[in-house]
Amino acid sequence: MKFYRFASPATFYPLAGALIPYFVAVSVVFGLAGLYLGMLVAPTDFQQGEGYRIIFIHVPASWMSMFIYLVMAFWAAIGLAFNTRLSGMMAQALAPTGALMAFLSLWTGALWGKPMWGAWWVWDARLTSELILLFLYIGYMALTAAIDDARRADKAGGLLLLVGVVNIPIIYFSVKWWNTLHQGSSVNLTKSSMATTMLWGMLLMAMCFWMYSIAVAFMRVRTIMLERERNTDWVKAVLEGEAK
Amino acid sequence: MIYWNSFSDFLAMGGYGFYVWGSFGVTALIMAIEPIIVARNQKTTIARLKRQLRAESRADHRNTAE
Repeated sequence: MKFYRFASPATFYPLAGALIPYFVAVSVVFGLAGLYLGMLVAPTDFQQGEGYRIIFIHVPASWMSMFIYLVMAFWAAIGLAFNTRLSGMMAQALAPTGALMAFLSLWTGALWGKPMWGAWWVWDARLTSELILLFLYIGYMALTAAIDDARRADKAGGLLLLVGVVNIPIIYFSVKWWNTLHQGSSVNLTKSSMATTMLWGMLLMAMCFWMYSIAVAFMRVRTIMLERERNTDWVKAVLEGEAK
Repeated sequence: MIYWNSFSDFLAMGGYGFYVWGSFGVTALIMAIEPIIVARNQKTTIARLKRQLRAESRADHRNTAE
């Protein structure tokens, strides 16, 4: 199978366009199922009461904020190593969604921290490293936007992404490495400290956020492709042929 | 099956309503607005690129006519 064929914008553009409705549909289905389980069926938490239900968006948003960054760093590495066109576009398409996920993680965390800890914000290792992640996203977007030449912007941004990737294990392991106010992870490959309905609600919401991120990133990457490849025949064909 | 006794119970979230709905509300808002912005961005980009393409082909015609 010629997998690298899809690395060409001319083939990836229609493919992404065809896949977007499916990702949206799957995201909605997962989201509705997750909200049903998490908000309507799951029992209360014996320590945190109903306030714990913020977990159903806090954890998926936090996971996605870290995962999207890893995917961007992966594309950055591919781009720097093989000088592929698509990788820089992918990283740029993912950045705003990753930043929004990091913001949502901090926002829902603040709204969870206030009733449980009595503070919207503390300079705890977990919270601080997540804030740095948000700054890395913003820094990447500002840097790439400031460089006119797209390929150079990709290279500079890619370097920033690769240097910043060190922050991801720091976020992930911060609750183990330091004494943090933030609670430890509730989900684990071997054992989980949550009730089954809670766990499933959270996993479904995480799938919803995941599919949502792919759909939005595909939408964004298509625009970036048209913009960057505007002088190529395939973009001219797209512009002349369809109104979509 | 359903955990809640009444809709007002559900809204109150055991006294955590402000925090829970504040979290879900902002998340829903962002996940609704982001795709709209991206779609609008795509539309304006395509319209602009089409204009540029038409302008270029007009210029080409003029050059060949001369």
